[in-house]
Amino acid sequence: MTQSPLLLSVDNLATHFFSQEGILEAVDGVSFDIHAGEALGIAGESGCGKSVTAQSILRIVPKNGKIVMGEISLFQNGESVDLVQLEDRGQEIRQIRGGEIAMVFQEPMAAFSMVYTIGNQITEVIRLHQDCSQSEARDRAIEMLRRVGMPQPEQTIDAYPFALSGGMRQRAMIAMALSCHPALLIADEPTTAVDVTIQAQVLELMKDLQRDMGMALIVITHDLAVISELCDRVMIMYLGKDVESAPADVIFRDPKHPYTIGLLRSVPELGEGHSQELDPISGSVPSPYRRPAGCPFHPRCPDFIPDVCDVHLPPQIELAGGHSVRCHLYVQD
Amino acid sequence: MAQADAVPTGTNTTTQSPPGQLPQQREEGRGLPSADNVLEVTDLRKYFPILRGFFRRHVGEVKAVDEVSFHVARGETLALVGESGCGKTTTGRCVMRAIEPSGGSVLFRKRDGEEIDITTLTRPELRSVQQHMGMIFQDPFSSLNPRLTVLEIIGEPFVTRKLISGRRELEERVAQLLRSVRLDPTYMRRYPHAFSGGQRQRIAIARALALDPDFVVADEPVSALDVSVQAQILSLLKELQSELHLTYLFITHNLSVVEYLSDRVSVMYVGQIVELGRTDSIFRQPRHPYTEALLSAVPVVETGKAGRRRERIILEGDVADPSNVPAGCTFHPRCPYVQDICRDEEPQLVDLAGANGSHPHYVRCHFAEELDLQGVRNSPQ
Repeated sequence: MTQSPLLLSVDNLATHFFSQEGILEAVDGVSFDIHAGEALGIAGESGCGKSVTAQSILRIVPKNGKIVMGEISLFQNGESVDLVQLEDRGQEIRQIRGGEIAMVFQEPMAAFSMVYTIGNQITEVIRLHQDCSQSEARDRAIEMLRRVGMPQPEQTIDAYPFALSGGMRQRAMIAMALSCHPALLIADEPTTAVDVTIQAQVLELMKDLQRDMGMALIVITHDLAVISELCDRVMIMYLGKDVESAPADVIFRDPKHPYTIGLLRSVPELGEGHSQELDPISGSVPSPYRRPAGCPFHPRCPDFIPDVCDVHLPPQIELAGGHSVRCHLYVQD
Repeated sequence: MAQADAVPTGTNTTTQSPPGQLPQQREEGRGLPSADNVLEVTDLRKYFPILRGFFRRHVGEVKAVDEVSFHVARGETLALVGESGCGKTTTGRCVMRAIEPSGGSVLFRKRDGEEIDITTLTRPELRSVQQHMGMIFQDPFSSLNPRLTVLEIIGEPFVTRKLISGRRELEERVAQLLRSVRLDPTYMRRYPHAFSGGQRQRIAIARALALDPDFVVADEPVSALDVSVQAQILSLLKELQSELHLTYLFITHNLSVVEYLSDRVSVMYVGQIVELGRTDSIFRQPRHPYTEALLSAVPVVETGKAGRRRERIILEGDVADPSNVPAGCTFHPRCPYVQDICRDEEPQLVDLAGANGSHPHYVRCHFAEELDLQGVRNSPQ
């Protein structure tokens, strides 16, 4: 594996939401590292905490949520900053947000303001983070739009977001996110809202950009195939826990956690024909307010061990080749 | 017109099959076009007017569905697949007459053989026919009324049609329906919010099946569900089909789901069918460049099996605007194999079966026979 310098280290992160219904442990003890230029995929179903993990890194957790534990260290120029310790509306995090770490969202319509042109919004980002004049910023924005494959960027820069098609809006949002050359791009379901042929375009674009600009990438999605296309490493989450983490080629060839195995088996695979057997995971994701004791997956697990899985939270077990899994099945002795 | 040919009658397809194909067909069981077509759609059109200005002047039309013809044989699943704006949902709704088509005919054949042209029915007549059709929608969070209990939701068709004499009978029927979709009948007094997405979709399916329909239109029934739950609903739909002898018109954008569930597939692009035929043969060897591109665009999990990597075709640009359809072939601005003729002349939907083998295989492309297109590998080694 390439050992480029460590860029971001998340250690034992826990983000909880406090509401009238109780405490929702959206993210509960998640750890991972990202090296410069590396692509990490975070996969899981709704409510697994994958988006909240991203929000915690950027410190944009919604109001009733709070990071209750853990460290998020960002390494830049040989120094490290713990993002958890920063003021969430302070100057420092605002420099990092959009500068060092940028994010693209699932719904580009929601990421852009309706009443400004995309050029307006992209130049605003550039001028916020870089010291340059209005016309320089505009040139850079046009350059960036051209880079993401926007046709006629000189004209489209003055278009309003609603005038663009879904694919073009997605490209504009990627251009905005990349306009300050971030070291890390977080993409939250980047292709879920677009069509298959557009998805192929966007995935190809992200692959190219990541390689050319040498940035690190976190892709958050429920679609394992998207992760398989883009990522070097994969982390599977379930109800706020990181249940399995491994290099992409290892986890798809040899998944260990019963949940990962179930996820892979429950998707019909293209090219497998009419008669392929699906093996769905039984039941559905429980309410996060009523998280099962012990291993959170045990009520749905086909390999459930009574008096073990429903009592003790399985420890993180390190297997060979950078593969770790949180499951009692792999406890030695 | 060529469109008239696009409705193959079941009889000629069976006679066309060479004897060598027969064992394979028997093995698959269903999907054989029989003389008994549940649905025959001919030249279906739906144009939405574009109105502008204070006087709502009529300035143009969105051709959402344009000259669409297909049939659905009893007991089979026909998938309508395509990207957003291709007209697949509009087609599904026109077939149910949930919206009024602008032209064309939709022939529905009841179980007793009676044929009804749905497009000419009056409202009360339509109501009696709709009893033989069910519909499942994409989003089970908005398709179920949150203020009604499951009993009221599933029992509603019985009550409004006065098909049930008493409360006890209603509860029995609802319990039976809940059991058929693998839900606990004791849940019938709960409200939809108490159920998960997958359970809600089961309730929606139970309601669609309440009046024992022959024909079910399912519009993206698993797209809004979690990955692990999608498989449960897909298997349930497959099981119900064989238990209740249902015929499905399955609308989806997900090609893996199409391959898993459907016998035949109709690929739509900007309001028109561009390819129609048996799912396995289209997926193995598509004949339209758009189908090829769609299949190659689907991301796949790299499991390390040999031969999984395919060369990806990335289409340029976006889906054409249905209010301003390109001249000639609608796909020509994005087509990697475009020639001069494609820019001027609109291709017709032609059956390639003669050239290709046994089953009808319709393609709307000038070069359908010349191009050697890449499908998805059927059995990875």
